[in-house]
Amino acid sequence: MTNSKENALSRRQVVKAGAAGVALAAFPAPAVLRAQTGALKVGVILPLSGVISFPGIATRRGTELAVKMFGESGTKLDVSYIDTESKPENGRIAAERLIRDGASVLIGAWDSGATISAAQAAEAAKVPLIVNVGSAPQITEQGFTQVFRNFPSSVDIVTRGVQLFKDLPRGGGFEPKTAVVMHVNDTFGQATGGAVRKVWEAMGVGIKIVETISYDLRARDLSVEVAKAKATGADLVCPVTRVNDAILIVREMIKQDYNPMAIYGPSSPGPYEKAFTDALGKFADDYLTSVPWYDPSKEITKGVLARWAKDFPNLRFELNSGFGWESIQIAVDAFKRAGSSKPADMHAALKATNISDHPMYGGAITFDAKGQNVNIGVPLLQNQAGEPRVVAPTAAAQAKVRLPMRKWSTR
Amino acid sequence: MFELYVGVIANGLMIGAVYALIATGLNLIFGVMRIVNFAHGEIVVIGMYAGYSCWFWLGLPLAVSAPLAMLFMFAAGYGFQRALGNDFVDRPQHVQFVLYISLALIITGLHAIIFGPDPRGIQSAASFSVYRFAGLRFDAARLHAALAAVAILCALWLWLRYSLTGKSLKAAAQNLTGGQAIGININHVFALTMGIGAACAGAAGALIAPLFDTHPYLAGEFTLTAFIIVIVGGLASLPGALLGGLLIGVSEALAAVLITPSAKSLFSYGLLIAILLLRPGGLLGQKGAGN
Repeated sequence: MTNSKENALSRRQVVKAGAAGVALAAFPAPAVLRAQTGALKVGVILPLSGVISFPGIATRRGTELAVKMFGESGTKLDVSYIDTESKPENGRIAAERLIRDGASVLIGAWDSGATISAAQAAEAAKVPLIVNVGSAPQITEQGFTQVFRNFPSSVDIVTRGVQLFKDLPRGGGFEPKTAVVMHVNDTFGQATGGAVRKVWEAMGVGIKIVETISYDLRARDLSVEVAKAKATGADLVCPVTRVNDAILIVREMIKQDYNPMAIYGPSSPGPYEKAFTDALGKFADDYLTSVPWYDPSKEITKGVLARWAKDFPNLRFELNSGFGWESIQIAVDAFKRAGSSKPADMHAALKATNISDHPMYGGAITFDAKGQNVNIGVPLLQNQAGEPRVVAPTAAAQAKVRLPMRKWSTR
Repeated sequence: MFELYVGVIANGLMIGAVYALIATGLNLIFGVMRIVNFAHGEIVVIGMYAGYSCWFWLGLPLAVSAPLAMLFMFAAGYGFQRALGNDFVDRPQHVQFVLYISLALIITGLHAIIFGPDPRGIQSAASFSVYRFAGLRFDAARLHAALAAVAILCALWLWLRYSLTGKSLKAAAQNLTGGQAIGININHVFALTMGIGAACAGAAGALIAPLFDTHPYLAGEFTLTAFIIVIVGGLASLPGALLGGLLIGVSEALAAVLITPSAKSLFSYGLLIAILLLRPGGLLGQKGAGN
C-alpha cells in the first residue's frame, strides 16, 4: 500500500480545502451577479436535479424559449436559475440568494413546498414571485402579498376536472360504482388527494371512494400499493401522480392484471409526458387526466408550438413548458407597463395584469386580491395513439373519449 | 385477501433477495477493509444503467446484461482500489468518508450528464409477463432477479469458503497483520474485495433494471437500505445479509399492507432501532461486533 505520510492529505490541508470550497459557495464570482444595464433581472427557482427534476427541466425549457422569443423582439432579460435539488426547504434559500443578487422578480418554484418556502423570502424582501407551477391551495391562502400564481389551485383543477369526468357519458360497459384514490405523500399529493375526496363528495359524483392509498415520493416499487388497490375491486383508479410513479402504477396494474373501467388522474401531472407515453407505449393509452393545458386553436400557441418544434424537435410541449413560457410573458408584460425594474413598480404592474393573448387554455391572465389567476381552464385529456388529446369539454375536444379502457391483455 | 397477502409476501421475499445481494457487497467491503462505502448505492445505479444500456443499445436480455454488468463493475472496482482506494485504507475515517461521498457525487453527476434526469425503463414483453401458480400470479422479472441474486450469493459463499483466494479474503478480514505475515498480498486482496463488492452491487443493479425505472437520484435509497440490512443481519456476515435482506423486503411489504404504504421506511428504521437496542451485533453478527 502507498499510504506514506508524504502522499497523505493532512488534516490542515483538508480543512483549508473545505474552507476554500465554502468561500467559493458563499461568494460567487462577481461576473455572475452583474446585471445587464436596462435589463429586467429575473430569478428562476426550479427543481433541476433530484427526484422531481424531470418536470423542472421541462419548465426551464419553456422559460428559456420565452426568454429567447421575447429577447428577439427587443425585451432585455437577465435570467438566473437556481436549483432546489427537489428539496422544498431550498426554495427559501434560493429566493434569498436571488434577491441578494438583485433579482427584481422571482419565478418559481414548480413544487408547492418549495414555492411556499420561496414565498416567505419574497414576502420579507418585498420582491414579487410569479408562481409558474404549484397547486397547493395554501400558496395563495397564507396572506402573501407578493405572490402571483398563474396556475390553478389543486381544488380548482380537481373541481373542474371532476365536473368534466362526471359529465362523461355512461353505458357500454362504463358504469363505475367504486373508486380508489392513490396519491404521493408530499405537499402536492396530500393537498390534491384531500381535494379529490372533498370535491368528489361535494359534487355528488355517484362513485364511492372505497380506499385512499398514499405512498412515498421516492418509492421505487408500487407493487404493494397496486395490490391493495386491486384488492378493493374498485372500478375506477384515481392516481394523483407525477411521471415516475404513474409509470410504476400502470406497469404494476398490467403485471397484476388489474383492469378497472378507467384510470383517471385528477390534477395529475405525468401521464401526458412524453416520458410516460414512451415508457409504456400502447399501455399508456386510454389514461385520463385533467390538468391545465395549452389551447391549440390560438394563434399565439401555434407560434410557440412551431418554435418549440424547431428548438426541441424530439420533446413535447406540455403543461410545464407552457406555464414556464407564460411566466416570462407575465414578467415581460409587467416590465413594459411598469417602465422600471424596481420590485415595487413590478409588483404594482403585476397587480394590474390583463393578458388575453397567451398560449394556455382559459381566459385572460389577471390576478385577484390573493394573487391568483382564476381564469385558467382545465380540460380533460386522454392518451390516444401515444399522444395526449383533449376529449372534454366538447368545444375544445380534439378527439372522442374512449371508455371503458381496453383490457391490458387485448392491446 | 389470501391472494393479496401471499402475493405481497412473495414480492417482499423476491425483492429482499436482490437487496441482500446489494448489502452483501457493502458487507464484504466493510468486513475485509473496514471501509464504509458511501458510494455503494451509486454503484447499483451504474449496474442499472448498464442493464438499461445493454437492452436499449444492444438488445441484450437480462441473462447477458447482468453478467456483463458484474464483470464491468468487478474490473472498475478492482481498478479503483488499486489506483486510489488502497491509499485510503489506513487513513482516518473522516478522510475515507470524504473520498466515498465525493465518489458518490461524481457518479451521480456523471449519470445526470450522460443519461439526463429522465427515468429510463426497460420495456419488453418479459417486463410484463407473470408466472401463474395455484391461482396466484408471480412477476416473472422479479422472480428471475431473485433467483439470479440467490445464485450469485450461493456462488460467492462457496467461493469464500472453499477457494484459496476466498480463504485469503477471510484471513485478511479476521487478522490483517497475520495475513500479511503469511504472505497474503494485501493490496491485491483489498482490490479483489472492492471488485467483488462492486460486482455484487452492479449485478443487483442490472437485475432490478427491469423492475425499477433508472434515474440518477435513486442511489441514496439503495445505500440506506443496504446499511439497514447489514446492521439488521449482522456486520461482516454473509448469511446475515441474506436474512436481513429478506426480512426487510417482507417487513416493508407487510407494513405497506397492514398499516399504510407510507409506513414502509418507518418500519425499516423501527426494525433497525430495535436491533441496535436488543442485539447490537445484528441477528447473525459476531458477539460484540456492534460495539
